[in-house]
Amino acid sequence: MLEALGLCKSYGSRAVVTDLSLSVRAGEIVGLLGPNGAGKSTTVAMLCGLVAAGSGQVFVGEGAARQPLTENSQEAKRRIGVVPQELSIYETLGAAANLELFGALYGLSGSLLEERVAAALKLVGLADRATDKPSTFSGGMKRRLNIAAALVHDPDILIFDEPTVGVDPQSRNAIFDNLEELRGRGKALLYTTHYMEEAERLCDRIVIIDHGKVVASDTLAGIERLLPAMQSLEIEVDGPVDLQALAGLPGIDKLTQEGAMLRAGVADLARDAPALLTALAVSGRRVTRVASARAGLEDVFLSLTGRQLRD
Amino acid sequence: MSMTTSNTLTALRALIRKDLVLYFSNRRALIMSIAAPIVIAAFFGALFGSGSEKPSKVPIALVDNDGSALSHAVAASLKGDTSFDVRELAEPAAIDAAREAKVRAAVVLPKGFGAALPAALLGGGEKPKVAVHYDPSQATALPLVRGLLTQHVVKALGESMGGAPGTGGPAKAAFTLPYDTETFATTSAADRPYNGYAHSFAGMGVQFILFMGIEVGVGVLLARRLGLWKRLRAAPLSRTLLLGSHILSGAITALILLAIIYAAAIGIFHVRIDGSVPGFVGIAIAFALLTSSFGLLIAAIGKTPEATRGLAIFATLVMVMLGGAWVPSFIFPQWLQTASLVVPTRWAIDGLDAMTWRGLGFEAALAPISALLLFSALFAAIAIWRFDWEEPRG
Repeated sequence: MLEALGLCKSYGSRAVVTDLSLSVRAGEIVGLLGPNGAGKSTTVAMLCGLVAAGSGQVFVGEGAARQPLTENSQEAKRRIGVVPQELSIYETLGAAANLELFGALYGLSGSLLEERVAAALKLVGLADRATDKPSTFSGGMKRRLNIAAALVHDPDILIFDEPTVGVDPQSRNAIFDNLEELRGRGKALLYTTHYMEEAERLCDRIVIIDHGKVVASDTLAGIERLLPAMQSLEIEVDGPVDLQALAGLPGIDKLTQEGAMLRAGVADLARDAPALLTALAVSGRRVTRVASARAGLEDVFLSLTGRQLRD
Repeated sequence: MSMTTSNTLTALRALIRKDLVLYFSNRRALIMSIAAPIVIAAFFGALFGSGSEKPSKVPIALVDNDGSALSHAVAASLKGDTSFDVRELAEPAAIDAAREAKVRAAVVLPKGFGAALPAALLGGGEKPKVAVHYDPSQATALPLVRGLLTQHVVKALGESMGGAPGTGGPAKAAFTLPYDTETFATTSAADRPYNGYAHSFAGMGVQFILFMGIEVGVGVLLARRLGLWKRLRAAPLSRTLLLGSHILSGAITALILLAIIYAAAIGIFHVRIDGSVPGFVGIAIAFALLTSSFGLLIAAIGKTPEATRGLAIFATLVMVMLGGAWVPSFIFPQWLQTASLVVPTRWAIDGLDAMTWRGLGFEAALAPISALLLFSALFAAIAIWRFDWEEPRG
């Protein structure tokens, strides 16, 4: 449905995106993850037709209807709905008037426009606030209206650029429900976020990019398999630990200690955890608390992109 | 925990320092705050203050219906005055020149002028009547014209009588001004008195509608900042449509505002469109297009909405000053009068004046319309050329 092939983009001598390819199929949510400055926003801008790729191409549609997307390819753009990170709505126009404007920009008019506006407002739970101005809305309501503005022309492809920034859990859940319903209707959704739990809950596939390149692209399970240590252990100890000595134990990975908290990744919880606890006891350290957790997307993400600050 | 005096002072210092750093780090706003008063003060100082620069010549038309030796002498004397730029014309052409603001006044020396003057000087004959047709929008030139005319008439008369009147000879005891002056404001018709509101509404209308144009441009910059511009660009719309919609909406708004302003001028202040109504409408449309293309130019070259608004207001005020809305352009130095011809506001104000109280025909609207459309095209071309379409990305 949406396919990017070998996208490259440079600003001056600085390469922002290098040979990036990804695809989103109908009825699928693909998460696009990356740290700040990874090239995510430039990628999204190229996928929306806002920025011309230096090389490579974006295609929209399938089979005979497949067509390249450029800034001027109006038919291809008509098939995409964009939910920008910023609240791209007019605060002093009513909610319905905002949607009528965006619908008209995509060629809708008359009763069809009215129907689509009503449907979009209903989907995001704002039908009873149709005539109210967004300036009177909460942050979550504005976010939902921002989404409705992208849906009103009923596009096949939806690109969400961090649509849940600054919303409360209730609104976030409502947005998730909207996205899942759209997936159920066969829409192709590309979703960028910094919240890993969102990607874990929503996305069928995940693409992680860093330094303008794809560093991982798979299902959530496939991505998690990239991390050798599938479980993480948190052990509270009564003093400093010789990390070098413990790192030699089989199946133990990513040992760190911050104060009393010792963290370790283990490949097999049942096999490796007792060996680690025994080694600590032998070294004279007293263990006061033990907790284990399955390694999640965030662990994989940090493992692939590093812990260094990017801003 | 309560704030001690020391803590309060620390906080106060930090707050003041923050305000100063923020203000002085906005270089464009800072330059504006410094440049605007300097430029405007320099402008008015140059007009009214120094006196070191030679004042510009006041253009007048002279009609010699007498053709006598004395009227020739008056004409020669006037032409030799460095305060005047004298054009000798036939009477209808001279009055038209005053009505069309090509001259500040038309002085008509009547038939029999030369013959009547000597007797009138001694109080023994009827005084000839010298007509002065003047541009009422620049009436401050009238006292100058009358004063210098008197000086040159008396001088020429004195020379013809073998000595200056008042310095000796028979006129010494009973000198009176040997002619009367009749003044006529060159309005649309003899029975139509000059309405000063007409010029004021043209000038202020132009100024405040240009301010609206600034808001059109700043609106684009704000839309860019808020992400709305990006959202619009994601829609299947061409660049021409996006920019064209701004030009048209800005022009329509300007037209509506101009219509309301002139409705008030007509309804409350009795301003009349005594000239060509199609000409007035043409100038209004051309000026509306100029306003929106000016707004687009601002959007194209501006960086932040705040700094751009300040700079654009400054540019507008300079344009309006040069356009003659605040002070009559005839008191500008000659070079500035010439330079003001390349300022679009001058064409707009002059054009609206021509179609209202001057009562000129459609042909007088053609030059302002053409000039305003040319400026609009120029502004739009620069705006399109300079417009940054790419969203800066990391």
